[in-house]
Amino acid sequence: MSATSRGHGATLAEKILARAGGKDSVVPGEIIEGRVDLAMMHEQGAQTVQPFHEMGATRVWDPDRVVIAIDHWVPASTEGAAVLHRILRKFADEVHLPHFYDVGNHGICHQILAENGWVVPGDLAVGTDSHTNMLGAMGAVAAGIGPTEMAAVLALGRLWLKVPTTVRINVRGKLGPGVTAKDLVLRALGEVKTTGATYKAVEWTGPTIERLSMPERLTICNMTTEMGAKCGMVAPDSKTRDYLSGIAKHSMHPMYADPDAQYERTVEIDVDGMPPMVACPYSPDNVRPLPDVAREHVRIDQAFLGSCTNARIEDLREGAAVLKGRRVHAGVRFIVSPASTAIYRQCLSEGLVDLYTEAGAVFTNSSCSACFGGNMGIIAPDEVCASSSNRNFPGRMGPKEGRIYLMSPAATVAAAIRGEIADPREYA
Amino acid sequence: MREIIEGRVWTLGRDVDTDQIISGKYLTIIDPNILKTKVLEIGLPEFASQSKPGDILVADANFGSGSSREHAPQALRAAGVGAIVADSFARIFFRNSINLGIPTIEAPGVRAIFDRFDVARIEVRRGTITNVRTGASVSFPPLPQHLIDLLEAGGLVEKVRRELADRPSSQDPVSP
Repeated sequence: MSATSRGHGATLAEKILARAGGKDSVVPGEIIEGRVDLAMMHEQGAQTVQPFHEMGATRVWDPDRVVIAIDHWVPASTEGAAVLHRILRKFADEVHLPHFYDVGNHGICHQILAENGWVVPGDLAVGTDSHTNMLGAMGAVAAGIGPTEMAAVLALGRLWLKVPTTVRINVRGKLGPGVTAKDLVLRALGEVKTTGATYKAVEWTGPTIERLSMPERLTICNMTTEMGAKCGMVAPDSKTRDYLSGIAKHSMHPMYADPDAQYERTVEIDVDGMPPMVACPYSPDNVRPLPDVAREHVRIDQAFLGSCTNARIEDLREGAAVLKGRRVHAGVRFIVSPASTAIYRQCLSEGLVDLYTEAGAVFTNSSCSACFGGNMGIIAPDEVCASSSNRNFPGRMGPKEGRIYLMSPAATVAAAIRGEIADPREYA
Repeated sequence: MREIIEGRVWTLGRDVDTDQIISGKYLTIIDPNILKTKVLEIGLPEFASQSKPGDILVADANFGSGSSREHAPQALRAAGVGAIVADSFARIFFRNSINLGIPTIEAPGVRAIFDRFDVARIEVRRGTITNVRTGASVSFPPLPQHLIDLLEAGGLVEKVRRELADRPSSQDPVSP
């Protein structure tokens, strides 16, 4: 028996990391040198350039495995942001990185990876953004790293990883009308909490997960970041293959957990009868049933429908179905930011830009925008924002006192209409 | 990396996320010497002006959660922190901090034995942290050899630089 022989089967993360590490099998706690299938940088990649040069590196291990997607300040809103963009463009020219999603062809980095097929089943993907976990929806291990670490990845094509234990979240039941994948991940956050999966992998399983569409899987994997997880994933199936058909940038090597895989623990969730959920200030795990919060008449000043978590075309259609024939409440600013330029154009062709703006919303170009208090959508210290995004920490949208409630796209629009947190099912 | 690290302690609570260490509005700043003047502006506002090199941060659970921004440990390194110790860390912050060569030590129970401005004595290989004022101490599992090597090299940049220098053939200049 080899040192890494095991008395039980492997989880999905263990299977993928064994392949990346060039091993037959791995055990949690083992440190591997993982070969990277895809590396992604956004503006934070500007801080990769100096360490890359200091390392003495002169070329990138595989330019066809590197994507740059600027998304935090698009177009540049300050001189500082313009300089970051400039550093990245010059670096891409210098080391010959052709896959650069620049202003005009831009989108939120994770959405760019998803809709262009950059991450496929079995991949090890890393990106300079914490929500890189989202790409685990492809049946991949996708993890966020910092820019110095990215410099090492660009130079070597690999990085060290400690094989994580896996928390399984097993979901059964049927999501009711007006209850979404976002409500499911918020509910899971309420149970797992923000440190419940720190350093660990999260594997979503069960009949409800199998029924979810790819955009919904992207949403639930996205917020495994808020659980502290290294990565969050869904096993690939026919939906994954259909989604990637014709767009996959490299060959798939789908992997599946063994039936006797050993999970650190399994969280069981039954969504039958589950109401919409909301994460209250100041933590994504401060989760309550939305109807309970709505009864407290929480007035809002701003609503934000955007972010990598929930600004895909399906999310914007979901919001539009609630908004149709209604208006944004007087005194509420409603900001809509699609997750990519492709989605922006889809909204134009479906008439959604008209629908949102006629109702009183601001429909912006694609950007991370208001989610992180970046180039727009800052709130005042005593203000409240209803948001389809992923974080409500102190200071997330500007001042530390600002209060952010996280919810589904439908609930975000319902709040924009009523001027206070509202049950989207009342607008069916 | 020094075998024994001693310094004045600044204490912090639970869930000090990277927005509290470096606010999102400063993310277009990449000069660490400017970032250090903004460090912990939300989490511990007096730290930037009153800390001195060698000071040690002692935090409760989940220090550095949230965004992957390396600005956070960059700013702390520029401020000269001697070590960052916490009951637990968020994973990207932990990696970033180690990669920058900052002794970053997870020691469950450590926050409870310190008050602000106590002096901490960290014995890295022995795996103990002691409050010099009270004598209380907690132990921690030693860092894996891989991470010790990283810290001894002074961080990831130096470690990779040595690795690339050892195999020059892999870094031929790019042909235009």
